[in-house]
Amino acid sequence: MSFLGWITLAPLFGFFLILFLPRNNPALIRQVTLLLSLVIFAGSLGLLSGTQPDTNVPWIPDFNINFHLSIDGLSIWLVLLSTLLTPIAVLISWKYIDHRVKEYHALLFLLEFGVIGVFVAMDLFLFYVFWEVSLVPMYLLVGIWGHERRIYAAVKFFLYTMAASVLMLVAIVYVYLQAGTFSYPEILRMIGSSQLVFSPTAQFWLFLAFFVAFAVKVPLFPLHTWLPDAHVEAPTAGSVMLASVMLKLGTYGIVRFCLPMFPGAARECADWIVALAIIGIIYGALVALVQPNMKKLVAYSSVSHLGFVVLGIFSFTQYGMDGAVYQMLNHGISTGALFILVGCLYERRHSLEIKDYGGVGTVAPWLSIVFVVTTLASVGLPTLNNFVGEFMVLVGAAKVSLTWAALASLGVILSVCYMLWLYQRTFTGETPEEVRKHVYDLTPREWAALLPLVILMVWMGISAQTFLPRITASTSPILKQTTVNVPFQVQDATPASQEVADAR
Amino acid sequence: MQQLWLIPTFPLLGFLINGIFGRRLPKQAVNAVAIGSVLLSFVWVLKTLSGLWPIDQPHIERYFTWFESGELSIGFDLAVDRLTAVMLMVVTGVGSLIHVYSIGYMSHEGGYYRFFAYLNLFMFFMLILVLGANFLLLFVGWEGVGLCSFLLIGFYFVKKSATDAGNKAFIVNRIGDFGFSLAMFLVFVTFGSLDFDKVLPQVAGYADTGTITLICLLLMVGAAGKSAQIPLYVWLPDAMEGPTPVSALIHAATMVTAGVYMVARAAPLYQASPAAMEVVAVVGLLTAVMAATIGITQYDIKKVFAYSTVSQLGYMFVAVGVGAYSAGIWHLMTHAFFKAVLFLGAGSVIHALSGEQDMRQMGGLRKKIPITFYSILFASLAIAGFPFTAGYFSKDEILLAAHHHAPWMYWVATITAGMTAFYVFRALFMTFFGKYRGKEHPHESPLVMTAPVGILALLSLFGGFLNVPQWLSPMFPLDGGAHDLTLVAISVAFGLAGIGLAYYMYVLRPELPGQIATSLGGLYTLVYNKYFVDEMYDAAVVKPLISGSRQVLWKGADVGLIDGIVNGVGTVARSVGGVLKLLQSGNIRSYATWVVMGSIIVLVAMGVAGGGK
Repeated sequence: MSFLGWITLAPLFGFFLILFLPRNNPALIRQVTLLLSLVIFAGSLGLLSGTQPDTNVPWIPDFNINFHLSIDGLSIWLVLLSTLLTPIAVLISWKYIDHRVKEYHALLFLLEFGVIGVFVAMDLFLFYVFWEVSLVPMYLLVGIWGHERRIYAAVKFFLYTMAASVLMLVAIVYVYLQAGTFSYPEILRMIGSSQLVFSPTAQFWLFLAFFVAFAVKVPLFPLHTWLPDAHVEAPTAGSVMLASVMLKLGTYGIVRFCLPMFPGAARECADWIVALAIIGIIYGALVALVQPNMKKLVAYSSVSHLGFVVLGIFSFTQYGMDGAVYQMLNHGISTGALFILVGCLYERRHSLEIKDYGGVGTVAPWLSIVFVVTTLASVGLPTLNNFVGEFMVLVGAAKVSLTWAALASLGVILSVCYMLWLYQRTFTGETPEEVRKHVYDLTPREWAALLPLVILMVWMGISAQTFLPRITASTSPILKQTTVNVPFQVQDATPASQEVADAR
Repeated sequence: MQQLWLIPTFPLLGFLINGIFGRRLPKQAVNAVAIGSVLLSFVWVLKTLSGLWPIDQPHIERYFTWFESGELSIGFDLAVDRLTAVMLMVVTGVGSLIHVYSIGYMSHEGGYYRFFAYLNLFMFFMLILVLGANFLLLFVGWEGVGLCSFLLIGFYFVKKSATDAGNKAFIVNRIGDFGFSLAMFLVFVTFGSLDFDKVLPQVAGYADTGTITLICLLLMVGAAGKSAQIPLYVWLPDAMEGPTPVSALIHAATMVTAGVYMVARAAPLYQASPAAMEVVAVVGLLTAVMAATIGITQYDIKKVFAYSTVSQLGYMFVAVGVGAYSAGIWHLMTHAFFKAVLFLGAGSVIHALSGEQDMRQMGGLRKKIPITFYSILFASLAIAGFPFTAGYFSKDEILLAAHHHAPWMYWVATITAGMTAFYVFRALFMTFFGKYRGKEHPHESPLVMTAPVGILALLSLFGGFLNVPQWLSPMFPLDGGAHDLTLVAISVAFGLAGIGLAYYMYVLRPELPGQIATSLGGLYTLVYNKYFVDEMYDAAVVKPLISGSRQVLWKGADVGLIDGIVNGVGTVARSVGGVLKLLQSGNIRSYATWVVMGSIIVLVAMGVAGGGK
């Protein structure tokens, strides 16, 4: 078992640890969860050092299933995002969650375990197990600690994802029967050396089975309607984990599995998928524009933002792909922060309706400032994180078709409309009595949750090169794999001229 | 290395200090930080320019790679050439003066530190805009100044009209930036880079005029947004909701001229596309005429100057559109002087009258606030093109170039010059002549306000002797056309006629304007209401977009259609599925426990199975 293995299993340890803590001491549970999740985060930073060896131990030898974990530039940042957001989720639940505290925190660990596992699993069966493991705690977080219509939302979420992932299971089994192994690197090697060839029809259906499972998670239009409901009903931390991490499971899966395994089908379907992505970008933004409920607004904005990710992936360009991966992280940071801020407002005023607010800036200036910064990040202001990703995605789209880029850019205009309008109605204007009475400025605990995200928004906006080289190193082989056995000619990207790099 | 990065960094530090600690700092400290940082920046500009003198070649400093992926590589690179030098002087010079003025103007306002923090942030982005050595860095500044404009227009954020205006500015600018972004994508796809020093030299050898024209037109969309040209000018008049120093600095002297700068910067692209240049010139001309007609009818002193700004920016676009880039930049500079005076002077008047902006409530202020009066007088002479004032030189340069390109443009622009003289002096006479019609007791502004205005007023008079076209001639060769004195005389005559007519109508026969307005009837109403463009946009774009999104997309498609299908499927599944019965019983907690236990059993089984073999 390598270091990666221990980091992956650590949240599972946390899960059991919490189960053994006394139920009647919620403070202890919170403190232990916070401490341990911080330790896991600190430990996960260690994954950045050098090349991490895989963990590969037999698990169910009868079926040749291995506990095979591996990390690369595609997954490393997503893993770090998950380990960073878990302690933040604990912080923002500190007061918000006051019943069944023990189960709640145990489930947070289980969720962390599931999502990290998805990002690092290199065995298709293991991947599927993690995929389902991550589903259950989120279902329960919404279903138990949610708002009034939590059951409806939780069941909807569960049915959507469950139905889609069953298709994926079928596809995984089919691949296993063809390849004789669940080992993903092995399967890729076989595809690369033409030992394993899927007929175009088979490839199409397999691609579709995987893709639909991932597309529901993304969520890609028109498979998105579970998202607004789940977000509105989820507790703040649930929304944060859902938006920031769980949606990325879908886009991650597309990049990791759909493209390299079924390159022909992926390229064949690209036009359709891009069309859906662009519809999602514009549609999500327009529907966000008219939402009276803050959380729904942010949820629909996620549909729009994730459309960019899908667009970038299916541009099949290096910058489009890198931009897409970067955008996964950016969305995790900025939308996570938005949900936290909305949660802060909810804890004060106990309403998610925009019309119940106004003039919050007067009584809570710092809350207002952090909201503005997050808004600006979210609408893609240069020097903040989203701009870099969006720009790369759009350049990738433009490389293929200027029309794509033009249509997708409409989403950039609309994002300003809905976010500024939200800001205006919530934070500016006269302060109503109810707001004046209940709304106070950020507490140190909330600062602790928000400040890391704000720092990351600036950092990722200015110093993108901290992150991008690793991403490129992993996406360029994937991009190359999409040219295997494909009747497409893809030109190699020429690196930027050396003298410019030296001059800097 | 000249350490160019320090130029924008000083104001950035000012922003950070005042933004984070300003609330707890005394006013003097906020002042010191805000003004000190901009002055340092100004001094560093002087030092840099003298160090690089005579700046025959662009000086580029490359700092670090911002982001890189495949063949896309964007560097944080700054550059200075002669064009940037002019912009740097205008931005930091005029910027410093307006910062000083703001001490006085904002002294009684709440959110003092916030104001100066935003102002410094604006300086930072504006300097990035003019220093950026690639399209993307220019765009960073471009968007950043838009942000500061948004923040400062909505500075009085309790007022809904102010935040509305701020949003409008940001959104309309975003529409322009949509064009700018697409242009950048196209530049990158076509030329494989976004660096000016890589892209622009390639243009001459590039055969596909269609692509170049498209790039230029898309850039022009961006310029029309930022520099308030048809059809995207609508945000600028509303932007007067912001404090007056903001109107002077951002919405007159610097930010709104960024579009002109950008077109001049991309001159090799435009040179390769006569069609795009024609569009730029015609848009500029139309904007100049249209805004001037509206300016004639307005009563709010700041609105008059706002439409005047739109109109003067139109002139600059005529200049760059007909290929007289240096004339455009010259007018950009002189306009920065005299329009800053007009706004700051208007601010001084408003300050004197405790917030009154309606000229019908003014009058006779000449004696009461003489320094302000003379400053505005000088600036008005300059904008009217009175001989040997700053505006006279730069405007005539534009008019001559227009005549050289197409005589009809000269005539339209000259008539507009007459209108310009008329509406500016109309404002002057309504404010300073006749009898005082207001109730407040006017008082002259303090020295901290009048001194910067005075300096700028002198620059309005004499700034024309700074021969910008000569300075820029290595970049934009002078076309050597003869200085046609007849044409100059005609345009001066139009200017003087405008002044004379304004004197006749607003000093000698003050009852006349009302009668004329009445006799014009519908036409006057049309112009007075700014051709109802805002209303048209609202009815044609905003309302359909919102109600369409609400009724059709959200309630129709999302909740009705898609969710209807999903829930239909769900209901069927529910009646079939046994597990879900547990949920219907409402016993979610027992079910939850059950699932948790189930997961644990699976996990333990996994561990046992894994460890056992």
